[in-house]
Amino acid sequence: MLEDEKITIKSMLPTNKEVQSTNHELILGRFKIILDNFSAYYSGKPAIKDISMKIKSNAVTAIIGPSGCGKTTLIRCFNRLHELISGATTSGRLLLDGENIYESGANPITIRRKIGMVFQKPNPFPTMSIYDNVAAGMKLNGVRDRRKLDEIVRRCLEMSALWDEVKDDLNKPGMSVSGGQQQRLCIARALATEPEVLCMDEPASALDPISTAKIEQLIDRLKQDYTIVIVTHNMQQAARVSDYTAFLYLGKLVEFGPTKQIFENPTEKLTEDYISGRFG
Amino acid sequence: MTKPEIKQKFVAGNLKRRMLVDKIFRGAAFGCVVLAIIPLGSILVEVFKNGALAISFEFLTAPPGAAGEAEGGIGPAIQGTMILIGLATLMGVPAGVMTGIYLSEFGSNKFARTVRFFNDVLTEFPSIVIGIFAFIVIVLTIGSFSVWAGAFALSIIMLPVVARTTEESLKLVPQTIREAALALGVPQWRMTFSVLLATTKSGLITGVMLAVARIAGETAPLILTILGSSLFFQGFDKPLDAIPLRIWRLSLLPYDYSQLYGWGAALILILLVLSLNVAVRMLTGRRMFGLVRR
Repeated sequence: MLEDEKITIKSMLPTNKEVQSTNHELILGRFKIILDNFSAYYSGKPAIKDISMKIKSNAVTAIIGPSGCGKTTLIRCFNRLHELISGATTSGRLLLDGENIYESGANPITIRRKIGMVFQKPNPFPTMSIYDNVAAGMKLNGVRDRRKLDEIVRRCLEMSALWDEVKDDLNKPGMSVSGGQQQRLCIARALATEPEVLCMDEPASALDPISTAKIEQLIDRLKQDYTIVIVTHNMQQAARVSDYTAFLYLGKLVEFGPTKQIFENPTEKLTEDYISGRFG
Repeated sequence: MTKPEIKQKFVAGNLKRRMLVDKIFRGAAFGCVVLAIIPLGSILVEVFKNGALAISFEFLTAPPGAAGEAEGGIGPAIQGTMILIGLATLMGVPAGVMTGIYLSEFGSNKFARTVRFFNDVLTEFPSIVIGIFAFIVIVLTIGSFSVWAGAFALSIIMLPVVARTTEESLKLVPQTIREAALALGVPQWRMTFSVLLATTKSGLITGVMLAVARIAGETAPLILTILGSSLFFQGFDKPLDAIPLRIWRLSLLPYDYSQLYGWGAALILILLVLSLNVAVRMLTGRRMFGLVRR
């Protein structure tokens, strides 16, 4: 008995080898996305300047900052939507699970399947039903098994807390539901491709307070299974939903740390000024 | 002046004037609509009035009789026009839609701008020139007037119309829809065919129907390609009849019956295009006349 306990305790303590590999683990396990001197440009003009940060797995990271500071540009770089704009380029490295997604051989299509995106304005596909909107990612990538689709659609709508409201109207057009429901539909659509990271670009800025509260509850639940990055210019929202907060100003990362610390005890004067509403 | 006085003088006085201007403008717009409808309405009335008398079962199904005899009908012409529309659509629409997709989705380079320019030029091209082109390329090569040559000429006329309307209606699809699809990890070709074309369906159909209406009435290129015939379809490498060609021939004959038959054929052509339009819209969409573009 005593022997057994000893063994258990001993196995819980880190060995030398494990301590050495912590650094490695830090990079591969605990941090989902790592930015390394990452910059983004529009026709050669930098919008994001030399950002280095590490985004934790299964946590909510908020990106805040005044309008035009590059929040949206940064989040669009995460799943390579940035490059769709003509003249848009990047430099530096952006690692997902330790692999640079901007490497010359990297395929944006597979990256986008791993990193989902929810946009500022709800944008369900106008010609598709609620069901097809959720199933779109699967169907367009060749999944035809009806039973599998049914199951995924239901699970994703349940995850995005929309199932009870639309379960009898799955064949109605995706545009027929309210704005808040459309946004949750878009979240369900993004979840259906089973991404590992969910990027949200001001997902609640076009919504009323009740819908916003629902989205925020949803984010809180989703972080158990997903790494979430959310852009917001609503600081209360950042404080409410996020575990970590990054403050961006004029394309530069001013401060990044646990949300509590950023809001209660920021180290930079600029952060304090912005958070206390002195500018922005 | 006190505040109410100012209001009285400037705001209220202005308001009356503005309402008057509004009324005049609305009246002028309505007047122009009426002006535009007059020629269209009178053509339709005239064609219906004169053409209706010619319509009979024999007129619709029988081949034309001997010149000068008030017998026979326009059966081969109706059949010919339908074959030509079908064949030209099969050839012209896929090429036009693909061109439109290229111009809209990949068209920010110099090559695309050149293509767009020549496409616009082609839209305005005299159809007789296209007929001569088809004559040289196909008729002279095969050695006979043929259905192929006619359909080829008509598909060239369709192509720029379809390409342009496809491009324009694809451009109306908001960028956010494209990004939504791409963000799901959908390849671009898949996004274009399954999401964009579905979203812009009514615009696409409008373009195709416009092009069909245009070629249904083309006469000049047909003279040089299908020649005309008083027989039903004989084969794709043989001459064929078509309604506009038949109208033209009938109008050249100095008899009363031929004038009547000409009107009748014109009426059938109008009804054919109209019913095709309605049928396609009923089969493909909820909105029958697709006038509201998304």
